[in-house]
Amino acid sequence: MTSTAFDHVMTEFEPVIGLETHIELGTHTKMFCGCSTEFGGDPNTHVCPVCLGLPGSMPAVNRTAVESTIRMGLALSCSIAPWSRFARKNYFYPDMPKNYQISQYDEPLCINGFLDVTVITEDGPKVFRVEIERVHMEEDTGKLTHGGGAGRIHGATHSLVDYNRAGIPLIEVVTKPISGTGSLAPEVAKAYVAELRELMRALGVSDVRMEEGSLRCDVNVSLSRPGQSWGTRTETKNVNSLRSVERAVRTEMVRQAERLRNGDRIIQETRHFNEETGNTTSGRSKEQAEDYRYFPEPDLIPVAPSEEWVNELRTTLPEIPSVRRARLQQVWDISDFDMASVVNAGALDLIEQTIDSGVSEQAARKWWMGEFSRIANERGCDLVDLPVQPLDIRQVESLIASGDLTDKLARSVFEGVIAGEGSVAEVISLRELKVVSDDSSLIAAIDQALSDQPDIAEKIKSGKIQASGAIVGAVMKATKGQADAAKVRALLLEQLGVSE
Amino acid sequence: MASIDREQVVHLGRLARLELSESEVAHYTEQLDQILSAIAAISEVAAEDIPPTSHPIPMTNVFRDDIPTPGLDRSVVAEGAPAWEDDRFLVPRILDEPA
Repeated sequence: MTSTAFDHVMTEFEPVIGLETHIELGTHTKMFCGCSTEFGGDPNTHVCPVCLGLPGSMPAVNRTAVESTIRMGLALSCSIAPWSRFARKNYFYPDMPKNYQISQYDEPLCINGFLDVTVITEDGPKVFRVEIERVHMEEDTGKLTHGGGAGRIHGATHSLVDYNRAGIPLIEVVTKPISGTGSLAPEVAKAYVAELRELMRALGVSDVRMEEGSLRCDVNVSLSRPGQSWGTRTETKNVNSLRSVERAVRTEMVRQAERLRNGDRIIQETRHFNEETGNTTSGRSKEQAEDYRYFPEPDLIPVAPSEEWVNELRTTLPEIPSVRRARLQQVWDISDFDMASVVNAGALDLIEQTIDSGVSEQAARKWWMGEFSRIANERGCDLVDLPVQPLDIRQVESLIASGDLTDKLARSVFEGVIAGEGSVAEVISLRELKVVSDDSSLIAAIDQALSDQPDIAEKIKSGKIQASGAIVGAVMKATKGQADAAKVRALLLEQLGVSE
Repeated sequence: MASIDREQVVHLGRLARLELSESEVAHYTEQLDQILSAIAAISEVAAEDIPPTSHPIPMTNVFRDDIPTPGLDRSVVAEGAPAWEDDRFLVPRILDEPA
């Protein structure tokens, strides 16, 4: 798809988007039973009568999951409902063995909040307030593998089900319709999900491993002509990465615009997002809420958080990420653009930790945003996955300060550390990375270089100081780059009795 | 009073992925109608000022601590499965997407 196609949408239509985000909580046990939530267990090894829906079993609510949901609600400035119930969502699909999913329907735990998200535009950063409709609790479903038909639903002869994931606590965060974003709708959607993820991480309620599918997004998109009422929306299901959220909004906007221009109508339906092509394809027509025949879960009694409990949980809230970013940006005294780069690179925590370990702000940013970002890029990994610690940087920086390492040698030290050659000290000794600071050996190297290039020596003596570069270069080469060039230059001039 | 019609039964059949013949639809429509009519008798005694009861015991906030407990041995799980393959429950092919 070309950007022109997208620009063309904006000449005629205004988008309204909405996001439903499901995030697995980081509890040790499932929502309604004591089964482990550990990822990657052998199939059907984290199951019990409750999460298998066996007759006679009774669910029991995980306190930590409720507390996590309330804390998330508070961090999103929601009202916490004094009275809240679970509901059964009935449907026929084998991802839940009970034939229903325990969720919340008309009485969610948290309602009416907001999250401010920042999008970087050509005119600088722009803040959008995304209003939150509700935050509720539910359980995750089992995992299906489709047999035959190359693992796809179409042509499958049977399906295999692993219920390890069934019953893992999820929170679902639902936005109100987001309008007024114009052409920034895809970016706002992405920024919102990224901000939500940061918030969950800051609260410690989930580590949000997107690659393990612990965050899934349903993306609602509709278009309308300016001044007219909102159009019919589609819901694109299971969009699982930040990049995909942005793409799903963009491609759906373009698709709907084309249909509307051709005089076709938009069908209210579920659509599937194809990660490879970035396109959406039609699923079934959406079931109506009444098709799920929601009713209050009779096996679970209501959750009625007292004011004291909520206030107690409020005291456990950390500084929220947007506030923290604003504070750090001010302390570090960097531009909006630089701050956005730091955040996008996933370097915020790392730089802060490095500074906390005693490294200057500038040096901490320089290493993480420069050399380390380059290496991480080459390796196709995240900064946080590089085997280099804030304390390593502190050690190297103090060796630079004492004149034992140059910037160039320091890069070699980190290259070795990241390559797994050992600790900072081990790499320095293994690679023999020490600045040659011993004057007598430097003077010997200078004398050798001068006698190798007598013409240059004469030039310098006659006052052409710029010619000293050739000698300094020769000395640096002789010492394998382990001398401090400025010092070599000073010694050279002193040796020749030339002053600047 | 008729509380469910033929179309609703066909719709329910579709949601439940049941292939219903014409005579089955007629049969179930009649049966479901009787059941719903019987239950509707409750609304004759429930006054408007009586809130619907979902839980007979006035109790809230019963929670479990987040401490793992052992689940079932997989061999036991497999025994209860109608069909089992590759350590997983084997289910008939699915024609539609999850709800």
